Amino acid sequence: MKTVEEIKAAIEAAVPGAGVEIVSNPGPSAQHSLLIAPESAVAVATFLRDHAELALDFLSNVTGVDWPDKEIAEKVKVTRTVTKTVEGVEQSAEETVEETRKRVEPGYLEVVYHFYSMAKKHGPVVLRMRTANRTDKVQLPSMTPVWRSAEFQEREVFDLFGVEFTGHPDLRRILMWDGFKDHPMRRDYVEPDDYDYEPTAHDEVLKKAQAHQAALAGQKGAGE
Amino acid sequence: MAVDEGLKIELGKQGVFVTTLQELYNWGRRSSVWPMNFGLACCAIEMIATTMARYDMARFGAEVFRPSPRQADMMIISGTVTKKMAPQVVRLYNQMAEPRYVIAMGACAISGGPFKQGYNVLKGIDRYIPVDIHIPGCPPRPEALLEAFMALQKKIDAQHLTGEDRPRHLDAEAQGLFPVPGQGEHDLEPAANKSVWTVPVVIR
Repeated sequence: MKTVEEIKAAIEAAVPGAGVEIVSNPGPSAQHSLLIAPESAVAVATFLRDHAELALDFLSNVTGVDWPDKEIAEKVKVTRTVTKTVEGVEQSAEETVEETRKRVEPGYLEVVYHFYSMAKKHGPVVLRMRTANRTDKVQLPSMTPVWRSAEFQEREVFDLFGVEFTGHPDLRRILMWDGFKDHPMRRDYVEPDDYDYEPTAHDEVLKKAQAHQAALAGQKGAGE
Repeated sequence: MAVDEGLKIELGKQGVFVTTLQELYNWGRRSSVWPMNFGLACCAIEMIATTMARYDMARFGAEVFRPSPRQADMMIISGTVTKKMAPQVVRLYNQMAEPRYVIAMGACAISGGPFKQGYNVLKGIDRYIPVDIHIPGCPPRPEALLEAFMALQKKIDAQHLTGEDRPRHLDAEAQGLFPVPGQGEHDLEPAANKSVWTVPVVIR
């Protein structure tokens, strides 16, 4: 099978303007993936499926990944002019100070597709797509028109992560009920506080059960 | 009125069979409990095995699995009850005719089991409907289900037809309809039926 670099070159030659980046996997599997721009995703997907040598005719797996907002602390060297009084005479001198700056890297939702070729017996080729943010710009193009097997798995990603697939024929929740509002697989999912009966609690559950009991005691105290 | 055991045996030797209406009635009921044809997860496989030739639940009179709740006497909650499925389970229970019994089979049905802290699994079906027998295990062996069924038969046998503790179907005042939980924005509403389930006291 072609390497990721070769696939990238082939896509760029065939689909003009396709922003393809290689996301390398440093692990022993070295299963590098291709990050593709959502705008040209369907064109790239159709190319990969219909390519004579690649012939990725089988979509094996669709996964979601939630990357929350990340706060990054950086140490920056700053040069500034400091005025000092040395022996009664004012002098200005330059001083280099290390400063810690914090910046927030915005999070995003990612969808990962694994493709194999039944005809050529090779794979997987891993494609990734990322949304603009985690709140309102969560639209990504659906792969269902290209691989029909994406339908249910994209519904699952929509259900559990909240990625909205444009061009999906039937985008409804698949595991949770229709009136459900949350996306349970997101990192910031707040579960319902139903820790009223935990007979064998330990670790995390014990903390949650104790917090629940404390909240109950607080409510009772306020009521009396 | 109970018959003296010794006298009963003595009369039996003489060819006279003495019983009470209650005993006869309960004997009839416990010897032909029809389960509902209803499985939720892997425990259902064990339940099916229990009805087959090797374990043979027919020996206890519970071999006629009915696909309709209207014709069933017993519901075996065999498997994980998800929050999406829970309203349907309660609805099926409501549709069963009295007298009706519930066996909660396996860790998931009695407490949520390994999925207890999951976002989608109910922490025990006894939060919404009255459960007669709880079977622990993951999954329980067919012998455990038979044991539970025999415990249920003993329970039926011990029921009085009159008095305060009479079964629900002999009590005209008893409420047989259990509220179906609604599927809210974050969780089932309410989280438990207070008339059926209260927070148990943990003894340490």
